[in-house]
Amino acid sequence: MSIILDHVNYVYGADTAMAVHALRDINLVIPDGQFIGLIGHTGSGKSTLVQHLNGLLRPTDGSIYFNGEDIHAQDYDKKKLRSKVGLVFQYPEHQLFEVDVFSDVCFGPRNLGLSRQETELRAYAALKQVGLEDDYFYQSPFDLSGGQKRRVAIAGVLAMKPDILILDEPTAGLDPKGRDEILDQIAKLKAETGITVILVSHSMEDVAKYVERIIVMNQGAVMYDDTPREVFQHYKELEAVGLAAPQVTYIMQALHESGIPVRTDATTITEASQEILRVMSDHRT
Amino acid sequence: MGIIKTKGLVFEYIRRDEEGNVEGITRAVDEVDLDVKKGDFVAILGHNGSGKSTLAKHINAILYPTEGSVWVDGMDTTDEKELWNIRQEAGMVFQNPDNQIIGQVVEEDVGFGPENMGVPTEEIWERVEESLKAVGMYKYRKFSPNKLSGGQKQRVSIAGVIAMHPKCIILDEPTAMLDPNGRREVVRAVRALNDVEGITVLLITHYMEEIIHADKVFVMDKGKVAMQGTPREIFSQVEMLRQLRLDVPQVTLLAHELKKSGIDLPEGILTVEELTQELKRIYRQGEKAQVQ
Repeated sequence: MSIILDHVNYVYGADTAMAVHALRDINLVIPDGQFIGLIGHTGSGKSTLVQHLNGLLRPTDGSIYFNGEDIHAQDYDKKKLRSKVGLVFQYPEHQLFEVDVFSDVCFGPRNLGLSRQETELRAYAALKQVGLEDDYFYQSPFDLSGGQKRRVAIAGVLAMKPDILILDEPTAGLDPKGRDEILDQIAKLKAETGITVILVSHSMEDVAKYVERIIVMNQGAVMYDDTPREVFQHYKELEAVGLAAPQVTYIMQALHESGIPVRTDATTITEASQEILRVMSDHRT
Repeated sequence: MGIIKTKGLVFEYIRRDEEGNVEGITRAVDEVDLDVKKGDFVAILGHNGSGKSTLAKHINAILYPTEGSVWVDGMDTTDEKELWNIRQEAGMVFQNPDNQIIGQVVEEDVGFGPENMGVPTEEIWERVEESLKAVGMYKYRKFSPNKLSGGQKQRVSIAGVIAMHPKCIILDEPTAMLDPNGRREVVRAVRALNDVEGITVLLITHYMEEIIHADKVFVMDKGKVAMQGTPREIFSQVEMLRQLRLDVPQVTLLAHELKKSGIDLPEGILTVEELTQELKRIYRQGEKAQVQ
């Protein structure tokens, strides 16, 4: 169970004067069960890339394989692919439309042609997975808070039982607590079900805290593909392409330069605080 | 009296069900007293639904108070005669840059505001030029806005507001949809407007790092002002902010964690430089102790 991208190129408006080369020779393997962060400045090709993963866009050149099958082969069942690769768009709450929360989440599985009972079981399980209380199930989705609406939208995708969950900036516009709640819930879901998660984000702090692998996009190509620790060591190169490292990485760098011998590769508060405490206590004894 | 002042400001709206029957009344802003001095950089924090955007919309008369009053440069916002003056003096920038740009060319978009105010053509061009220079977008004046990045578009929106020569500018989460670079560009442009042009700034944001240079911070909760003070005073109360669903900058949080583990740091550290200096001091003390 994996996605393989083999020399994928994509050109918007090919053969016109407005042609834009949005993806350049992308080669990636996305195995089962990884938590991946996809970062890149606006216009770097992140969204174009994720839209290839569930077949919404067709590569101008190159192939994409899901579980060993070419997803653009003539007899390939795209509908099934889209139920297996779930894509949650930015501001997904704008896509809610049903009269109550439960019906909204049922919409996806019902369209897969499942029985009513199976549909409802899945909707119930998905709402539980995103941590929404039963009290809200029969409320209008429009009466919920921003963070709750977003959970309902994510549940709508989870009810399709995807193997891969792609979230395009799931925390944009949420307050800090709301950000943490959504991401904690996704991390928990991943730990419990072993689903592959791809998180598209502009927050380096969030990416550093949750993911095990980071793919950095720049001008349509993959610039780095490594662990957060390794990727954020290149903070100068990241800045040059409109990104940054988490603030703690800069703190460790500044401490190191000022003569305190800390390692500079911490990417989260916990790592940084442990490293500083280690150096401080070594020094005292 | 400050340039923006509210007294006992209350805003209520009526919730209705599908048939239009009244379900209840929500008090989105509850007895808020603000007094913002001319030239200040003021930040408003608060979780989703805390009433901060509702408050902001009162300042350029998009919403009117249910109770209490709002004055902008001495003008009562409920005074219909002054409506256009108020909107010109207090400009507003919203979250999504794509919803705020209407022109086909950057400079035309920026000129839209002054043109509607009846400014003479000659002067419109002068204003467009100075506004675009103030946000660092002058060299893009002939571009089509849809060729720009999010941060660039947002700076064009800001230029469009300052071309109207406002005395204050209210920004409602202007960086929420931007990448790190776009956020940096916008925050830098806003700080320059405040420092160089002396425009009063009211910035609403969820990014704690953006407001460490503010003169004053208001934290909203349930429509009320829950905390107010300098960034240092506010961010030294880590636990309280967490209760209000907020956060502190990473550097402040790291200092807080280190302090809890027994390192002798002051509360409310805001910048990387401050933390480095404090830790260096403690590290040196350790050195001296060793020598002795």
